[in-house]
Amino acid sequence: MGDAVRVQGLTKSYGELNAVGGIDFSVPPGRVFAFLGPNGAGKTTTVEILEGLRKRTKGEVEVLGLDPWTQGRALHHRIGVIPQEFRFFDKITPAESVQYYARLFEKPADVEALLARVELSDKANARFDTLSGGQKQKLGLALALVNDPEVCFLDEPTTGLDPHARRAIWEVIRMLKADHRTVFLTTHYLEEAQLLADQVAIIHQGRIIASGPPDAIIRQYGRRERLVVQGSSALAEKLRASLDLPVRAQDGRIEIAFREKADIFRVLDAIEKSGLPWSGFATQSDTLEDVFVSLVGKMDEGVLKPAGVA
Amino acid sequence: MNPKRISADFQVFAKNYVRNPVALFFSLIFPLILIGMFGFIFSGSSGPVTVYTENLDHNSNVSRAFLSALNTSNAVRISVVPPVTGGNGTAAFGSWLASNGDTVGLVIPDGFARAYQTGNSTTLTVYTDPQDASGSGIALGAVSGVANGFNLQAAHGRPIVTATTANVGSQVFKYIDYLVPGLIGFTILTSPMFAMVDISSSYRKDHIFRELSLTPLTKGEWLTAKILWYILLTIVTALLMLAVGTLAFGAHVGLTVEVLPFFILGPFFFVSLGMIAGSVAKTPESAAVIGNVVTFPMMFLSGTFFPVSGFPPFLQTIAHALPLYYVIDGMNQAILFHNYGATFVADLLVILALCIVAFVGAILLFKWRDE
Repeated sequence: MGDAVRVQGLTKSYGELNAVGGIDFSVPPGRVFAFLGPNGAGKTTTVEILEGLRKRTKGEVEVLGLDPWTQGRALHHRIGVIPQEFRFFDKITPAESVQYYARLFEKPADVEALLARVELSDKANARFDTLSGGQKQKLGLALALVNDPEVCFLDEPTTGLDPHARRAIWEVIRMLKADHRTVFLTTHYLEEAQLLADQVAIIHQGRIIASGPPDAIIRQYGRRERLVVQGSSALAEKLRASLDLPVRAQDGRIEIAFREKADIFRVLDAIEKSGLPWSGFATQSDTLEDVFVSLVGKMDEGVLKPAGVA
Repeated sequence: MNPKRISADFQVFAKNYVRNPVALFFSLIFPLILIGMFGFIFSGSSGPVTVYTENLDHNSNVSRAFLSALNTSNAVRISVVPPVTGGNGTAAFGSWLASNGDTVGLVIPDGFARAYQTGNSTTLTVYTDPQDASGSGIALGAVSGVANGFNLQAAHGRPIVTATTANVGSQVFKYIDYLVPGLIGFTILTSPMFAMVDISSSYRKDHIFRELSLTPLTKGEWLTAKILWYILLTIVTALLMLAVGTLAFGAHVGLTVEVLPFFILGPFFFVSLGMIAGSVAKTPESAAVIGNVVTFPMMFLSGTFFPVSGFPPFLQTIAHALPLYYVIDGMNQAILFHNYGATFVADLLVILALCIVAFVGAILLFKWRDE
């Protein structure tokens, strides 16, 4: 089976401005793909091109083997889309909205089941203008699922939602994955991507700067795992003198990067031998957010070049 | 065009509309308020124009014959008042008319009969009021007509050119008779135009067009559903307005099946035109401005509140360039004059052609996506 999404050399220009500058990636079917990047990086432009809402300037794009721009009508029967801030008809209820979409797609819809799936059953008969932001977003998700899509595009679906509403949407994404649907997720919440995604791509200034499974990206671009203890600068000095490991101290917090598990015991032994007070011993590793911030910062400083760029 | 999708969109739009009290007020209640307001203001000014007459010719046979001829015209009703000037001075009569709130008067001068019999000239004075242009015009026309007849008779002339009158309806029309189709036209214009201008800009701002573009619904189907809704709304509103106009103010408007094409083509055109106006605008604010620029001239110059035939020639030319004129004129032909001849057919063809152009224009101009 081919890729659910395939992008090669995608470019989108607005006059002189290159919003997307020749990016490549692919998403295998049944995977959750997170497309990450700071504001203005080119995420939404890319997603809208994939959805068939925006015309590309150059490059090749296929979703489910179809060209989203020229074969949009056929594609829209097979994809579901939830936009950043879902808005709909003010006086129409979620139950009526789902029925409406079902009639447009000419697909029978179990309204109750669909609303239950997105935890909106209790608001089935409430008008749209009385729903909270989270409830509106859940309705958008329910509508995106009416046509039983093979690929779901979720553009920052949890932005501005409370933790409970966010978790409800995560649950739906997990259900979609379990059901072997492809999910194309853009988000600002890096922990969300790390939690849900099989594969991520980080875009900045219209270029992809890293891509792959989250753990692999963290391993490739993140710092080494570290021991963290609370202690004085004198303790940090003693550790530097006694260990061949990098030691960083700031504001009473000491970080010692280690290479292997056995190093932990050496560090503990050195701390004990110093005779100085310490507390709060823990190990720590980089998150996707740490890596993201570091990569974006390095690219802004010109230290890092986009992936695939010599 | 898929009828199932059009039906689904029609139903959702209709539900959303009827649940909005403001929209319902402006589409159903406000037109009735207009009919009621104008009906109450103008229902007393119907029928023949009353001409208060001061006969200074000592009630001579000739002057009485003249007034009798005026009375038989059906256009005016003569009400002879006692002389208020006591002589030939007419200024006092003008003041008397003004003080009584009357707008049209006639003075037959002393010596009117003698002058007529001896072939000398004599002058009748017709008082008019610019604020009552139609009443003044009718009185002046009637007096001139009868005076011409008397002149011809005095000269023992034989009329070469005569005119025979045939009423376009079965009765003399009152202002309210013209007002009812005019205000129906007003509703056909304003209700869809303002709504569509607002919808086209707000749906774009709220990305609702974007949502819809991701479904199988097409632009044509979406627009057709709106057109069908406004046709239904127009028929309901028009029936209510006809009922109020007829029952409350005695308007002589008869509902005929021939008016139906205008109840259909009118909203068809203005929904499409509203969509065009909203589509060319960059922001909701500029959409409202464009909507007003398009709507207001039509609102006042298409025969909504006053018959176009009473306009100065240059304004009549402008009126004939406005689409609403053909809707209102067509409705007048159908429900007022019951005249289904060339004018009716021309009105119908013009608005039909405009509908096709506007529908295609709207489909081409409004964008679901970044095209």
